[in-house]
Amino acid sequence: MAKKVLIADDEPNIVTALEFLLQKSGYEVLVAQNGEEALRQVEAFAPDLVLLDVMMPRISGYEVCQRMRERGDWRHIKIVMLSAKGREAEVSKGLSVGADLYVTKPFSNTELVARIDGLLRGPEPPGGA
Amino acid sequence: MRGGSKFALWTAALAAAAIGLPAALGLMLAAGLGPEEQETLRRIVSARAPMLAFVAVILVLACGGVVAWLFREYVGALRGLTEQTQVLLGVNDELRVRTEGAREVAELAAVINRLGEAQRRLRRDFEARAQEARARLEEERNRLAALMSELAEGVLVCNTDGRILLYNEQARALFAAAGEAAGGGLVGLGRSMFALLDRDQIAHALEKLQHSLAGGGAPPSTRLVAPSPSGRLLRIDAAPFLNAEGGMAGLVLTLADVTGLLDREAQHLSLLQTLAAGVRAPVANLRAAAENLAAFPDMDAGRRGRFVQIIAAESQTLSGAIDIALREYADALKASIALEDMRAVDLVRVARRRIAASLGIAAEEGDLDDGLWLRVDSFAFVQALAFLAARLRDEHGVRRLELSVRPAGRFAHLDLAWRGASVTPEALPAWESEPMRVGSEQTPLTLRDVLERHGGEVWLEREGAAQGAGARLRFLMPAGEPVAAVPRPGRAVESRPEYYDFDLFAHSGAARELQERSLSELSYTVFDTETTGLEPSAGDEIISIGAVRIVNGRLLKNEVFEQLVDPRRPLDPQSARVHGIEPRALAGQPPIEAVLPAFHRFCEETVLVAHNAAFDMRFFELKQAAAGVRFTQPVLDTLLLSAVLHPSLEDHKLEAIAQRLGVRVIGRHTALGDALLAGEIFLRLVALLAQRGVTTLRQALEASRDTYYARLHY
Repeated sequence: MAKKVLIADDEPNIVTALEFLLQKSGYEVLVAQNGEEALRQVEAFAPDLVLLDVMMPRISGYEVCQRMRERGDWRHIKIVMLSAKGREAEVSKGLSVGADLYVTKPFSNTELVARIDGLLRGPEPPGGA
Repeated sequence: MRGGSKFALWTAALAAAAIGLPAALGLMLAAGLGPEEQETLRRIVSARAPMLAFVAVILVLACGGVVAWLFREYVGALRGLTEQTQVLLGVNDELRVRTEGAREVAELAAVINRLGEAQRRLRRDFEARAQEARARLEEERNRLAALMSELAEGVLVCNTDGRILLYNEQARALFAAAGEAAGGGLVGLGRSMFALLDRDQIAHALEKLQHSLAGGGAPPSTRLVAPSPSGRLLRIDAAPFLNAEGGMAGLVLTLADVTGLLDREAQHLSLLQTLAAGVRAPVANLRAAAENLAAFPDMDAGRRGRFVQIIAAESQTLSGAIDIALREYADALKASIALEDMRAVDLVRVARRRIAASLGIAAEEGDLDDGLWLRVDSFAFVQALAFLAARLRDEHGVRRLELSVRPAGRFAHLDLAWRGASVTPEALPAWESEPMRVGSEQTPLTLRDVLERHGGEVWLEREGAAQGAGARLRFLMPAGEPVAAVPRPGRAVESRPEYYDFDLFAHSGAARELQERSLSELSYTVFDTETTGLEPSAGDEIISIGAVRIVNGRLLKNEVFEQLVDPRRPLDPQSARVHGIEPRALAGQPPIEAVLPAFHRFCEETVLVAHNAAFDMRFFELKQAAAGVRFTQPVLDTLLLSAVLHPSLEDHKLEAIAQRLGVRVIGRHTALGDALLAGEIFLRLVALLAQRGVTTLRQALEASRDTYYARLHY
């Protein structure tokens, strides 16, 4: 069964591109347009990975990430933060609040897919990285 | 010699009288005799000629003896008495005159001594009263000197001719040339500003200030940036110094080293330029390709593929350029002017005090890393902490906080922690965007603004969701560089530093011919050298130069030059007994070719003064070609000046003169010690010379030339 990826971003242009890209890479793709919707979607569909934009209206990506990490049953869900900001302190903050990966915009499509693949393969027992 | 010819004249006159009178009487008597009697007389006289000649010689000798006795007992004794009385009157009323002369002269000496004693008592009395009046003035001046030395900025005050009237140690340090051979420096009282700064720049500042002064209104000031001799950049704020009539009497310059600040500004500018230049080309290419694709949807597949390739390649270039710019921006932000390096411990203490004072909340110290430095705008950041503490207190009833700091790579974690109250994640974003208010104080700045300015971040961390668990706001702040404590310049203990001389305001630089200027208003460099021996032409070398400046009649003990010199030849152990310099002390010292130019700069625009100057000048003459300098200024010699004043006294060694003039002798036989002694002696000699009518440099030089000692050559 294909793995589920949730894209949470309020910019339709990038969502279109990402949705197309991830479907082509063999994932089942869900879309949320703000933080609240993202949390509802996670609750409803239990995705394997969330692509989370930092700058969203109402609830920021950081908060979505923090709230997800407070739920024990969502621990396994990988979180990749996407941001147009790329300052060292922001990356550090993203990783501190529980993201698995922080990717700054603009990014390379192939590299993003490779890293998502890597995260979802996970630490393969025994001894995989 | 004047005394010698006078002596001969008197002796001759007396002898002529003793011999001539009887001879004339004899001749008159002989003229009244008859021819035979005259013949008889001639025979009688010629028969006794040897005896008469003998009597004449005896008479001449007796006259000589009488005149010599009179000269010694009266004339010579009186002359000696006069010279001693002049010293007593002029500079040393402790001196008591002595004479070997006749009883009458001795009586006169006794009267002079009583007069001297009376004058001494009068002077003492007068001095005591003057001292009292001066003490108050002195106190004011000391306060000024102390204030000046505590300022972080360098301060220079100069008159409209550019002569320095006042400076502090910081100003001197800012203008010190890098790697200068000696600590002389170019900053000194009476020295010219134009040796430090470009003449046009100062003139421009003066003109600007004069212009705005004429226009009235607020007191003007102007700013310029100029390089220092060591290549640092100085920011100079110039404000006018007004005289009683409201005209400009001089400039007050405050100086700060802004090399670092300007570097940062340049960094910001170049960052912007790089970004603009790096982005323009790829965007142009992208746009051209995209517009073609949009405009011609039916183009053939090959061309279409080509355009798509262009878009892919250019997007990649653009991404790269932006990545680099953002990284550099983060670094540039850290170097922002408003941010200062501060010990994290100090910042926490300031924040605790602030929170306790304005909110009444106890903020305790948690884990603090002693060695950690932050780069912060401490005012804004402490305000942010207080603001958050206020929100926690008002909205969640938090009464106890804990502040701790730990390093985190290139950043530091600063935690504001509390227990009990549960704060929801939504609270923080709201706080971040509202203007910060603490009690009655409010600023338009938001917490987000403060974080952006620092390139920092903040987030909420909770230890589990349970009620009553701990929570903290974690700040991620840029780490700073430790700042070394600035060493205070050592202060002379024994006397008040003489860093100012406002009397120089009155000095006009309008150059009268140097030679015609009064001795009392000239600037001097009094110097002395120590050498390996007494024969410069036989290879003896200078091993030490010491000098001190005299400006406006004051010996400036803070403006000295002192430098050992490597003679590049073995030291005679005997000479070491004179100057006490160990050969070891000379190893690694600069050679004379390096020291002489530094000394040349030190004594620029001054008259040179030394004791037995011909000796020192001979050494300089032999070395100045190799050093690339020439000492062309006039030279005065304390030995010669002493001889001008006291030709009948024999001893003109430095110590003998000092004793005669009442100068206390300390620290002899180091170059600087002797220069200081010669300086004090010189000031007293100038006072004595004035009594003799020797007041200008030309008169002093001419009088020196005429004295006997001037004929001695080394």
